Amino acid sequence: MTNKKTIIQVQDLKKDFYVGEITVHALKGVNLEIKEGDFIAIMGTSGSGKSTMLNILGCLDKPTSGRYMLDGVNVNELNKNQLAALRNNKLGFVFQSYNLLARTTALENVELPLYYNNEVKAKERVERAKEALHAVGLSVRMHHMPNQMSGGQQQRVAIARSLVNDPVVILADEATGNLDTRTSFEIMDLLQKLNQQGKTIVFVTHEPDIASCIPHNVVFRDGHIIREESVQNVKSAEQLLRALPVDQD
Amino acid sequence: MNYTNTLKISLNALRRNKFRAFLTMLGIIIGVASVIAMLGIGQGSKQSIQDEMSQMGTNLIFAMPNFMQRGGVNLGSSSSQNLSLADLENIANDCPAISDVSPQVRSSGQLVRGNQNWPTTVYGVNEKYLSIRKYELASGRGFSEREITRYAKVGIIGQTIVENLFADGTDPIGQTIRFNSIPFKVIGVLEPKGENNMGQDQDDLILTPYTTVQKRILSITYIQSIYASANSEDENDLAIEQLTESLRKSHKLKETDADDFRVMSQSELVQTFTSVSDMMTTLLGVIAGISLLVGGIGIMNIMYVSVTERTKEIGLRLSVGGRERDILLQFLVESTLLSVFGGLFGIILGYLAAKGVSMVMSWPIIISSSSVILSFLVCTAIGIFFGWYPALKAARLNPIDALRYE
Repeated sequence: MTNKKTIIQVQDLKKDFYVGEITVHALKGVNLEIKEGDFIAIMGTSGSGKSTMLNILGCLDKPTSGRYMLDGVNVNELNKNQLAALRNNKLGFVFQSYNLLARTTALENVELPLYYNNEVKAKERVERAKEALHAVGLSVRMHHMPNQMSGGQQQRVAIARSLVNDPVVILADEATGNLDTRTSFEIMDLLQKLNQQGKTIVFVTHEPDIASCIPHNVVFRDGHIIREESVQNVKSAEQLLRALPVDQD
Repeated sequence: MNYTNTLKISLNALRRNKFRAFLTMLGIIIGVASVIAMLGIGQGSKQSIQDEMSQMGTNLIFAMPNFMQRGGVNLGSSSSQNLSLADLENIANDCPAISDVSPQVRSSGQLVRGNQNWPTTVYGVNEKYLSIRKYELASGRGFSEREITRYAKVGIIGQTIVENLFADGTDPIGQTIRFNSIPFKVIGVLEPKGENNMGQDQDDLILTPYTTVQKRILSITYIQSIYASANSEDENDLAIEQLTESLRKSHKLKETDADDFRVMSQSELVQTFTSVSDMMTTLLGVIAGISLLVGGIGIMNIMYVSVTERTKEIGLRLSVGGRERDILLQFLVESTLLSVFGGLFGIILGYLAAKGVSMVMSWPIIISSSSVILSFLVCTAIGIFFGWYPALKAARLNPIDALRYE
């Protein structure tokens, strides 16, 4: 276990928000270490600080104090443009509401992050987007628009988009929040398989069912991590799917 | 991000909203089209004025008495009687830059032939007048010096008079017509010249020796105005100078006295007219420019709405690695594309509109490449200018807020 590379290292991370004259301490000194190949669930009720934590991990927001190392880079020292480049090279995002571009094909949606990478030429961009779509099992839907796809398929496109730049970590924010149980497990099955292939995933959720499919759970409350545990008997999403009653309609 | 990618992203965004893009462009299309058409009409009319004026002779110079004031009452120029035949003689001697010079006295009256009659103007001039004013004889002859010294009752008539008094087809040469009961023998007929730019019929006249008008019609000894022609257009200014000097000398004016006459030239008149037409062109251009501005504001409006509508998209682009500069550029390129394509269509439409106007109204139209290039540059600038603010708004969005925007 110890010879695995550390991807994310957070030390004494604090984040304050100033709302008028009131200061809200959203994070009150968080320590967290994520290694290559980890699959971590960040849990907590709303207001627990888990979204703030994800924003900072995603380099969308800067901490008030504390240290954040991402894949050997000290994020604290970077300016806006360097943060953007870091997001482009090292991070993949999956959102609750998919955030696909309307009236744009699945393939073009997946290509999007590579448009912002100067080193990727047009031909390579299309190739990599096709590969990513293949990895999420949507090769046949390449030229479909988002409004021609189901929620689960749209989220798969979003996952493909997060894979296309070969990130060091995928950050998923309530990625199953808009989906029904069956589709949620399908997405979890996909993520478990990606994890088995070596992808590092951080998954924010408040659903225990979902968290039970994830080997490491980190629970937030009031800006602290109150519990960090390894789940015994991680459930296979594939098996859970089979156990679900078949829809009659 | 490289520029090809930005262009592709912007084109895709416009393609997703074709109809809206078209409506936005419409403002620019109409603006540019009206600029092109208006400038085309303005420049066309200026050119036609210039052409017509130079046909009348660009080396024409004329002098008339200045406005006179007596006891604070402005008597106008016609009341002055300070130009004389002696002045004319001095001009002929003093001014090497002037080739021909003629006096002019005029009177209005009724021309009668048999049961036909026509109101017209009689011009009393000398034998040089025809060449000074660039009149050509269609038939007959001009009058001689001998006819001038004998106040001969001979006349050269214009086409309008031929049409009105000789409608029966009689050859006017040798016929007698009466001006205010004085019989004149027609010795020549002028080639038609048509209307001048002021709409005055240049063929509605009868030319007679100036002595005839002075003695037999007006009973005066002075002359009303002096017409002269410079050796060439290049010597216009020199000729004006010499003429002024000669008249000042003849009128015994002191250094400090103001001129009691006015000297004008055809080329000055051309300048006056073209400056009027320039003013018209500018006016039309400004009005058209305002519609272009309104089109630009339309672009700003749509881009602003578009940025708000696409907040989530902007959040996504920022989160996958788009920099502020990339977002700014994307929206700027979008608005510039709108105005550039609007400009191109506008140029085509403006060209067609100008052609249509020239065909229907038979107005002269000149579409200069400078007006096309200018309006194209202006509308590109408008796209950048009016796209800047919405683009900046987009680029300044906080990615977290933008992602969460509903």
